[in-house]
Amino acid sequence: MNALRSEWTKLSTSPGTIWMLLGIVALTAGLSAASAATAGCPAVDGCAVDPARTGLIGVQLGQAVVVVLGALLLGGEYGTGMIAVSLAATPRRTSLLLAKAANLTALVAVSGALGVLGSYWFSRLLLPGRGYHLGALTEPMMLRAVGGSVLYLVLVSLLGLGLAATVREPAAAIGIALGLLYVFPIVTSVVSAKHWKRHLEQIQPMGAGLNIQATVNLHGLVLSPWAGLGVLAAWAFGALIVGWLLLIGRDA
Amino acid sequence: MIAEFGRQVRAEWTKLRTVPGWVFALLVAAVAVIGLGLAPGMSGSCGTRGPGSECKPPIGPGGEMVSDGLYLVAQPLAGDGSITVRVATLTGAIAGEHGKRPGLVPWAKAGLIMKASTTPGSAYAAVMLTGSHGVRMQSDFTGDIAGPSDSPPRWLRLTRNGDRVTGASSADGTTWITIGTVRVAGLPSTAQAGLFVASPDYTATAGGPFGLSGVESGPAQATATFDHLARQGQWTASEWTGTRIGGPGNGGPFEHQDYQRSGDTFTVSGSGDIAPLVTGAAGLGVSITQTLVGTFLGLVAIVVVGALFVTGEYRRGLIRTTIAARPRRGLVLAAKATVVGAVSFVVGVVASAVVLAFGVGVLRSHGVYVLPAGTGIELRLVVGTGLLLALSAILALAVGAILRRSSAAVAGVIVLVTLPYLLAVSVLPLGAAQWVLRFSPAAAFAIQQSATQWAQVDNVYAPAEGYFPLPPAAGLGVLVAWTAGALALATVLLRRRDA
Repeated sequence: MNALRSEWTKLSTSPGTIWMLLGIVALTAGLSAASAATAGCPAVDGCAVDPARTGLIGVQLGQAVVVVLGALLLGGEYGTGMIAVSLAATPRRTSLLLAKAANLTALVAVSGALGVLGSYWFSRLLLPGRGYHLGALTEPMMLRAVGGSVLYLVLVSLLGLGLAATVREPAAAIGIALGLLYVFPIVTSVVSAKHWKRHLEQIQPMGAGLNIQATVNLHGLVLSPWAGLGVLAAWAFGALIVGWLLLIGRDA
Repeated sequence: MIAEFGRQVRAEWTKLRTVPGWVFALLVAAVAVIGLGLAPGMSGSCGTRGPGSECKPPIGPGGEMVSDGLYLVAQPLAGDGSITVRVATLTGAIAGEHGKRPGLVPWAKAGLIMKASTTPGSAYAAVMLTGSHGVRMQSDFTGDIAGPSDSPPRWLRLTRNGDRVTGASSADGTTWITIGTVRVAGLPSTAQAGLFVASPDYTATAGGPFGLSGVESGPAQATATFDHLARQGQWTASEWTGTRIGGPGNGGPFEHQDYQRSGDTFTVSGSGDIAPLVTGAAGLGVSITQTLVGTFLGLVAIVVVGALFVTGEYRRGLIRTTIAARPRRGLVLAAKATVVGAVSFVVGVVASAVVLAFGVGVLRSHGVYVLPAGTGIELRLVVGTGLLLALSAILALAVGAILRRSSAAVAGVIVLVTLPYLLAVSVLPLGAAQWVLRFSPAAAFAIQQSATQWAQVDNVYAPAEGYFPLPPAAGLGVLVAWTAGALALATVLLRRRDA
């Protein structure tokens, strides 16, 4: 409990935190609003585009700040030498990591929710004018898309934390995390062998995880929405476990 | 000044090569580009179904790969002469997922042709009426001259004079407008001359959630009726011969191509295109660019090194030592940019040269048709990949010097370079995708484009298919502008701020 409080004090008094949280909200809602304002229907025979994905696209930009927040939370301490102080104050390294993860989850859940709800609000306002119908939040699929997007951001932050604990250099951790999120789908897009492509689409953290935003054409997905989010969770917790094992196993 | 700069560059080079993590990251970048380039992520059917299944598109008179599919109704014409006809109607059918439906593709062609022989890829000149591009005069697959934008009925005339062929069109058969005269060097003294009909595949972006799956394409056929056929010159045969040249593969929905004559009226149906070969939805196989996808992954590693190369000094306080040793701060940044840029350039050039040397062979061994590119284009791809990595590294360095935080610099540059491209090839509609790839640093990937965009071939010229809105040099110029701007700001800030 003390670990939780001391971590909270560190986080809340570090001047960068508030800017990153504002960044998560602004970038998520901003890109979503831009997307909703410019969305079009190129096809002659109706829109095949998922309005929920279009309206919540900002998550793909906001997640970059989320990764930075998660990676700096632990990785930043290695850079400044703060990690030695932290471990002296909280010798139980598992507690330290858990306290960091809990604080991170809370912060990203709140800022992510604000960003995603902002996205939803803008899209609800703008998309009908572009020929789309965006469901109300009371519809189960829409609620899953919005709530799932917040969970997606939380899992991405834990991925950043886990990678930072693993490589101890925040810049490298951010590079690896963003490579996994952004470059994996680009590489997949040039693969034309069908079964390979399908497998790659099923295991990439971003592509699979964002299935949670799907509200149309659900049977056409390579993974169901919750299974897709599960893939991202596997990446995030996998990275956390490796980071945890290394944290308790080696000198800081 | 120059000697000082040289010493500074050497100092920075020593710093770079003695940090094991950075050397490791640079190796990771090279391995990523090479590994993904040589990984067999594709498979095709070319050459894997025994002899005869090899994909060997015909080669045009200019040496380029072409598609040469049409239905020809012709007779030999010895020496000079002319042929005149009226295209009375032009209709078409396309085969979609739900069977055939009526529809004329924009580049469906019906008209007159003089062709060296019925061998695919042989030289020709033709004047034609198209689906929605009016009257055109085309020759030797790449030549295309626009005529009046009319629809049937329309009169056409083709006149041969030595190796020059003139195309003309008329609305009433009396007042003629010359469209153009072309020189067809490959036309023998006796050429095949007559009527032809062709219809390329139709392509459409269905606007699906992901760029690639949103592309719809399929075979199409055009049918034209011709009348008022008139000839001048030495025509040696008395009968017209119908020949199907090339066209879509066997067993396609438009397998049956034919012509019928009733009195003065000819009805001709044809499928295929007589045009340069393209890759993607309307063509065959892939371009060599697709083997360089590892550039994106290599770029991430390079960006991490580029940012840490300067932010690392701030974190450790080394920057004060550096500036104490070399008080000219602008030179310090220039030296760092030179070193990290040069190293990244070498990584990019070596890795992409290896990929281009072996990656195409890997794809071909898996049955994928890879459209050959000239040595000049391959050279541009190799040097371009090096420049792409070098500029990204310098951009990361400059952003790192501005922000003095490695995390923000790494995340910022990766997002700036990869996210616009990812959004452009996945979710964005074509218009927005092209706009994004004109202004973001991701525009620079245009330097890796190897496929040519032809005005007279309808294809999905979308970023997802490897077609960029800017020409290669201009695309790279966008990244140069971003990098120069960031470097200028970084220099100003480095001079003004306390370290």
